[in-house]
Amino acid sequence: MKNFLFVMRQPPFQGSRIRESMDMIMTVAAFDQCVKILFLDDGVFLLKSNQNPDNPDLKTSTPLFAALELYDVEELWVEGESLAERGLDPSHLILPVRTLGRTEIAFFLAKADIVVNC
Amino acid sequence: MKFAIQINSAPWESQACETAYQFSRASLTMGHEIVRIFFYYEGAYNGLRWMSPPDDENPLIRRWSELANEHGVDLTICISAAQRRGLLEQSEAKRLGKSDNDLAEGFRIAGLGLWVDACLKADRLLVFGA
Repeated sequence: MKNFLFVMRQPPFQGSRIRESMDMIMTVAAFDQCVKILFLDDGVFLLKSNQNPDNPDLKTSTPLFAALELYDVEELWVEGESLAERGLDPSHLILPVRTLGRTEIAFFLAKADIVVNC
Repeated sequence: MKFAIQINSAPWESQACETAYQFSRASLTMGHEIVRIFFYYEGAYNGLRWMSPPDDENPLIRRWSELANEHGVDLTICISAAQRRGLLEQSEAKRLGKSDNDLAEGFRIAGLGLWVDACLKADRLLVFGA
């Protein structure tokens, strides 16, 4: 078993990007590997609650994240500074997260066997 | 050392594919092993048979096929990434009622499971392209 860390830095509504990243994450989880996700920079917007576009053509990606629990992906980490710089705190997010400080990120990345920027 | 390689960019949009290719060549020359090269996101376009850049640009598509021929390197394009972008191998095209055969020589199409498999077998995963 390996420790996979997926780093998500893109905001929602990036074409198929998020969907494709989630496919990767769910596949790894289906192989019973250890999966962590780190939300950095604009990636923290992925978990923002109340994303309700009126236009039915625009699908939110939040249900994909809500489904992570079914895959036993429970370690969702957020960089505290990324949240604060965007006027957010964990109460604005759809799922419970663990918070890391910016100075801890390098060590956090180093602990993973496989880091994927997505 | 055993390397798994993931490529996320189309060949024309950044230097990432060229760098991945040069890395692959160099590591094979130095006696390392490449478990698999897996093409994802826009990287799927690396296997598009119909790319026709000017010959004086030494097209990467031709060099990927040579790499597969010479060293038996497994060039795998993710099936869902490929389908999303209209890149279909013959059998898949037939299933979808289309008549394409879009894969260049040496490439194959398979699921993300093979990406995980490569990650698990390799000592290192290297990801090229944003």
